[in-house]
Amino acid sequence: MTDATLKDAKAFSRRFSLPAIPVSVALAVTWIVAMLLIAAFAEKIAPYGFTQLDLRNRLAAPGNAAHWLGTDELGRDVLSRLLVSIRISLLIAFGATAISAVVGTVLGFLAAHFRGAIEQLVLMLSDFQASMPFLIMALAVLAFFGNSLPLLVGLMGLFGWERYARIARGLAISANAQGYAAAVRQLGATPSRIYLRHILPNIASTLIVSTTLVFPEVILMESGLSFLGLGVQPPMTSLGNMVGYGREYLTRAPWIMLAPATTIVVTTLAVSVIGDWLRDRLDPTLQ
Amino acid sequence: MSPPLVEVSAISRTYAMRSGMFGRAAAVHAVDGVSLTIAKGQTLGLVGESGSGKSTTGRIVLGLEPPDSGEVRFDGKPMAAPGTTAWRAQRARMQMIFQDPLGALDRRLPVATQIREPLDIHGLGTPAARDERVRELLRAVELTPAHGARYPGALSGGQRQRIVLARALATKPDFLVCDEPVSALDVSIQAQVVNLLCDLQAQLSLTLLFISHDLRVVRQISNVVAVMYLGRIVEIGSADDLFARPEHPYTQALVSASPAPGRRSAGRILLSGDPPNPAARPTGCAFHPRCPRAIARCAREVPALSAVGGDRQVACHLVTGAATRDAA
Amino acid sequence: MGRYFAIRIGRAALTIVLVVTFAFVVLRLSGDPALMILGPEAPPEVLAAFRKAWGLDDPIWAQYFDYFGAIAKGELGRSMRDGRPAIELVLERIPATLALTLPAFFFKVALGVPAGIYAALHRGSGIDRAVMMTAVAGFTVPSFVLALLLVLVFAVQLGWLPSGGQDSWRHAILPIATLSLGGAAVLARFTRSAMLEVLGQPYIRTASAKGVPWRKVVTSHALPNAAIPTVTILGFMVGTLIAGAVVVESVFAWPGVGRLLVVAVANRDLAVVQCILLLVAMTMVTSNLVVDFLYGFLDPRLRSKGAHA
Repeated sequence: MTDATLKDAKAFSRRFSLPAIPVSVALAVTWIVAMLLIAAFAEKIAPYGFTQLDLRNRLAAPGNAAHWLGTDELGRDVLSRLLVSIRISLLIAFGATAISAVVGTVLGFLAAHFRGAIEQLVLMLSDFQASMPFLIMALAVLAFFGNSLPLLVGLMGLFGWERYARIARGLAISANAQGYAAAVRQLGATPSRIYLRHILPNIASTLIVSTTLVFPEVILMESGLSFLGLGVQPPMTSLGNMVGYGREYLTRAPWIMLAPATTIVVTTLAVSVIGDWLRDRLDPTLQ
Repeated sequence: MSPPLVEVSAISRTYAMRSGMFGRAAAVHAVDGVSLTIAKGQTLGLVGESGSGKSTTGRIVLGLEPPDSGEVRFDGKPMAAPGTTAWRAQRARMQMIFQDPLGALDRRLPVATQIREPLDIHGLGTPAARDERVRELLRAVELTPAHGARYPGALSGGQRQRIVLARALATKPDFLVCDEPVSALDVSIQAQVVNLLCDLQAQLSLTLLFISHDLRVVRQISNVVAVMYLGRIVEIGSADDLFARPEHPYTQALVSASPAPGRRSAGRILLSGDPPNPAARPTGCAFHPRCPRAIARCAREVPALSAVGGDRQVACHLVTGAATRDAA
Repeated sequence: MGRYFAIRIGRAALTIVLVVTFAFVVLRLSGDPALMILGPEAPPEVLAAFRKAWGLDDPIWAQYFDYFGAIAKGELGRSMRDGRPAIELVLERIPATLALTLPAFFFKVALGVPAGIYAALHRGSGIDRAVMMTAVAGFTVPSFVLALLLVLVFAVQLGWLPSGGQDSWRHAILPIATLSLGGAAVLARFTRSAMLEVLGQPYIRTASAKGVPWRKVVTSHALPNAAIPTVTILGFMVGTLIAGAVVVESVFAWPGVGRLLVVAVANRDLAVVQCILLLVAMTMVTSNLVVDFLYGFLDPRLRSKGAHA
């Protein structure tokens, strides 16, 4: 371990005072780390291919040696499908959250930097976004454009951008009006230096907290769309997609639906728990 | 007398202030026809109540915002438009000291990094030379290199203002605008920082525009003092002379209100009437509603700033030429 | 006061304009409307006639204004599937949606608001913790999972209730329960925090320090003030009634607007989608306006503030 990382680790533990982490947060972090590992290595740890048929073992109940979580109507291994679904759902959720955080923050900064007409435009769009139910807008776009994975990620990336835009704009304006940003500006710094090197690190904690609040909603939105058959399309699978498929076999094989449903609920719960805790630690002003 | 470094001619700045979204926009003349020159190596003290336009004047003189009319020339050349590359390059030669040092510093960076920042921005020196310069600056403001590793939150108010000063001096600027640099500090610390500023000015032959409402501090540091009231200069002259014999009734009131050794408080002039409101400027001489000596003419005509002998200029109908001066 | 409402109404109109613009932009970006509506097999002369009839050869801004004109006259196009006017299809589904969402809205308020108030007044009690846990569950359990769990328990396991369809009032119980439970949890959490915020205010402490009985402090000081943020979220909930019904109607095969939307999206029946989009926007805007009017009624301060905002 080099000196620098040692110092970072120390600073980190000082800021977050590690022993104070509650059990619920520790469990939530463990769950999320497990999900991330699954997402990264889904294909390697899945016992079967996620489309592989086992026609002798159709609708096998969970708990048997060959298929821990049972199989579906076509004899596909539920566990393998679940692992791949976690990967796809997390990929979409992370991609979408990253897009909306970047788009929102950039628009917020543009509004704060240029003020005037650009600011009014950004505010008008964010009011509009906040006042229309996102599900309806997303359905309209899917109806008009059809469906593909990049479109789905891009579409989900429009979810929640207005929250980042508002936060970034508000904080950047107050930083520009007085304080460090104005001071650095008069040193002769370029706008990119002011926004990226000074304002962004200063508001990062608030933005990160917002991310943890938006992320579970993205997972729910994607799984809802996929559940309706309008999100991720077969043969690709996602958590919502699996629940939608499992609904047909609710009577005979509820495990097809229960496994992904539990995963969705526990994952959103875990991110919310982490988000609430981070909010209390980093930014008590944010609601 | 050395040549002027900063020449300000008849600058004005008007803000539109609205009362509500569809309220009528009221024009606020924050600065109205201010002219100043500051000679190289000199300090001009700018005095006035809040709302007198002294901070706006400072920002315009430093080129942080453009005047609506009038011109600022720096070292003989007009000021570049804010935000342009030329303007950014010009920042290396002129710097600002802020009232609130904690607000002026980035809380998430060690102070040494922030002192170094102007050198990074303007690409001055090799990286090693920049670090050496930071240590030198820390010593110059009477701190140690160990302070450089700290964050602004871990320093005292006086130490923070020294850091801001060190950062402002990093590029070896010619001109500093200090906007109420000590008024947020404890009284005991104020003197130390002012003394430091005086010493540094002498060593580095800095030119200063020192903005303050505190006459004691202005008196200590300034060569020339200008008094502002509602966006205009009402009196200007060399510091010792002006404080010894203020001519404008407003300056007289200010000086009498400021405690000075050996003077009794019995002679204190109390101003009546409302404090100045830039959105509702009185007609004629803006000071006339509060002036103990106002005459009818004061409500009608705006007095021009005119020389009354020596280097003193006063804007008052009651103060004209040497005759009045002798009588006073 | 007049200005306060003028601003709100102007904003509402702007939202509608934005929704129409959104529909127009998405429609134009998605490709040639003639091809989309008539299909790729349509003969070229039919396509050309369609383009001429719909002004698709006009400059884009002219098309934009024509589009507005058509919508203002209620010409929202015909459904691709059965050729009936889209607006008719949508309107005839509305009663079914209201049959679910109105009772659900009533239950949300009847359960959520008292639970939130009780939890806030007994902060830290067992009931408070139970309300908070239910509220978190209400957020993290998506409605389609909740719906399927209810079906699994009450229809599949116990066999008490039907799992889908619209034949009797018993068919409505599970959809209404699904809609109510999630909404009630969110509302309880929101009411609780609004109430706690108000209870922490100095005027509450002053009132109780003055010796005003606690019951009276709550009823005449705390509740009216906590009502203001709660009304906001209620207004938002009214606006999202249709959006909320999308998933639930699909799960329970309930023939309302939400299910129509899902089917229309799957079939890319653009006229119907666009019509529902506008309907949702109108609902949203109207409920926001009602909330603003209620605001004016609940909080006289907002009127003067709003005029200066």
